[in-house]
Amino acid sequence: MSAPTPKGVLTTPIFKNNPIALQILGICSALAVTSSMSVSLVMAMAVIFVTALSNLFVSLLRHQIPSAIRIIVQMTIIASLVIVVDQILKAYAYEMSKQLSVFVGLIITNCIVMGRAEGFAMQNPPMLSFLDGIGNGLGYGFILMVVSFFRELLGSGSVFGFTVLQPVQDGGWYVPNGLLLLPPSAFFIIGLIIWVLRALNPEQVEENEFTMKANTQPKEAV
Amino acid sequence: MAQSNNSIKKILTVAFALCIVCSIIVSTAAVALRSKQQLNQELDRKSNILAVADLYEPGMDIEEAYSEQITPRVVDLNSGEYSDEYDPQSYDSFQAAKDPAQSRTLSGEKDIAGLSRLENQSTVYLVGDPDDPQQLILPIRGQGLWGLMRGYLSVQGDGNTINGITYYSHSETPGLGGEVDNPRWKAQWEGKEIFAEDDSVQPDILLVKGNASGETEVDALSGATLTSKGVTNMLHFWLSPQGFGEYLAKFRKDISPSEVQGMATASDDTEGA
Repeated sequence: MSAPTPKGVLTTPIFKNNPIALQILGICSALAVTSSMSVSLVMAMAVIFVTALSNLFVSLLRHQIPSAIRIIVQMTIIASLVIVVDQILKAYAYEMSKQLSVFVGLIITNCIVMGRAEGFAMQNPPMLSFLDGIGNGLGYGFILMVVSFFRELLGSGSVFGFTVLQPVQDGGWYVPNGLLLLPPSAFFIIGLIIWVLRALNPEQVEENEFTMKANTQPKEAV
Repeated sequence: MAQSNNSIKKILTVAFALCIVCSIIVSTAAVALRSKQQLNQELDRKSNILAVADLYEPGMDIEEAYSEQITPRVVDLNSGEYSDEYDPQSYDSFQAAKDPAQSRTLSGEKDIAGLSRLENQSTVYLVGDPDDPQQLILPIRGQGLWGLMRGYLSVQGDGNTINGITYYSHSETPGLGGEVDNPRWKAQWEGKEIFAEDDSVQPDILLVKGNASGETEVDALSGATLTSKGVTNMLHFWLSPQGFGEYLAKFRKDISPSEVQGMATASDDTEGA
C-alpha cells in the first residue's frame, strides 16, 4: 500500500474502503439503531467522535504502549471516550440518549473503533490517525444514514420524523412495512448497498475461494 | 516498537498511568454532568405526568406547570389512605420496592404484572385541589413482551373514568408493541371506565382484539398480543385491591375502601392468573 495521505485517509473509507460495506465491521449497531434517521445521525456522530479521538490518543501514545498490553490499553482509551459521550448525551440530549439506550455504551465493542486503533493508529502519526478516524466514522455514518433512510421511509413513512408517506393508521394511504422496523431488515439493505458499491467498483469483489468443476456429463457417469 | 517497552516496569507504569488518567476523565465527566442529568430525568418524569393529565403543551415551562397543578402524595396501598411517613417529593417507590422493610414479595399467581416485589407505599399525583382532585395520576408498571414497562394512568376524580395512559419507559418492538406510544392509540383511552359495575372490586378494563365496543374495552395493539396482554395485566394488577383498588374506592360513590378490602380477601382464592 502506498503511504497514506491526509486526503486519502479521510475520503477512501467512505466509498472505496467502507468499514461496513467492504470490511463488514460494525454491523451489529448498524442493525440496531437504524430504524430512525435522527437516532442514526446521533449514533454516527458519536462513533465519529470516538473513532477520531481514540485514534488520536492511541497514535500519540504508540511509542509508549508496551505491545504486550496494547489491546487492553486501546480498549481503556476507547471505553473512557465512550463513557464521556454517553454522559454528554444524557446531559444535553436526554431524549436521544433514551432512544439509543445501550447502543452508545456498545460503541466500545464496535469493531471499527478497535480495528482502526490497532490497524492504523499504532503505525501512523497522530494527525493522520485522527483524520483516519473521522474518515472511518464518516464511512460508518454514511451507511447508517442510507440504511435508516430506507428503514424509516418504508417502515414508518417518515424522514427525520417528518411524515412523507401518510401511514394508514393515521388516516393516510401508506401501509407501513413492519419488517423494515425490525433489525434484520438492515441486513437486506446493507446487502443491497454492498452489491451497488461492488458493481461500481469491481475491484472490491473478492476472488473466489475455489472454482467449481463443470457438472459431470451424464454420458461419462454411465 | 522498542523492546524496552515490554519490560515489566514499563508495562506497569503505562497501565497505571493510563488507568489514572482515564478514570480522572471519566469521573470528571460524570460528576460535572450529574446535576444536569438528574434535572433531565426529573423534567422527563414531570413532563410525562403532565402529558398523561393532558396538561402538556410543547414549549411550556414544565417546572412551573408541574408545581402549580400537581400535588404528589404517598399512599399506603394496603389501607388506601394517605401516609405522611415519607416526603412525597423525595419518596422513591422503585427504591422502596427493592427494600424488604418497605415492600413485600408477590406470590406467583397474584403477580400477574410480573413485578415479584411490591412496595407498601406508592406515590400518586393529584391534579387540581388535593382535597377534591380532578385527576388521580397513578404510577403503573409491569412486564411487556421484552421487559418492564413503566408508565402513568390518569383517572378522573370519580375514581373510575380513565383520562389517559402513557408509558415513559419500555422496550417493546418499534412499530408493534412500541405503538403504546402512538397518540392515536392513547387517545381512545379517554372516557373508558375501569369498573363495569358501580360496586365491583376487580377492574374490568380490557384490551380486546377487533372491535372494542364497551365502556371497559380498548382496542388491543395490532400485531402485539403479548404487549397488549401485559398492558391488561398491569392495569388489572394496579387497579385491583392489591394495588390502588382501595385508594380508588375513596373516590368512588358506591363502595368504600373497607368493602374493597373485605371482598379482596374473600375473592383471593378464586382469582385466576
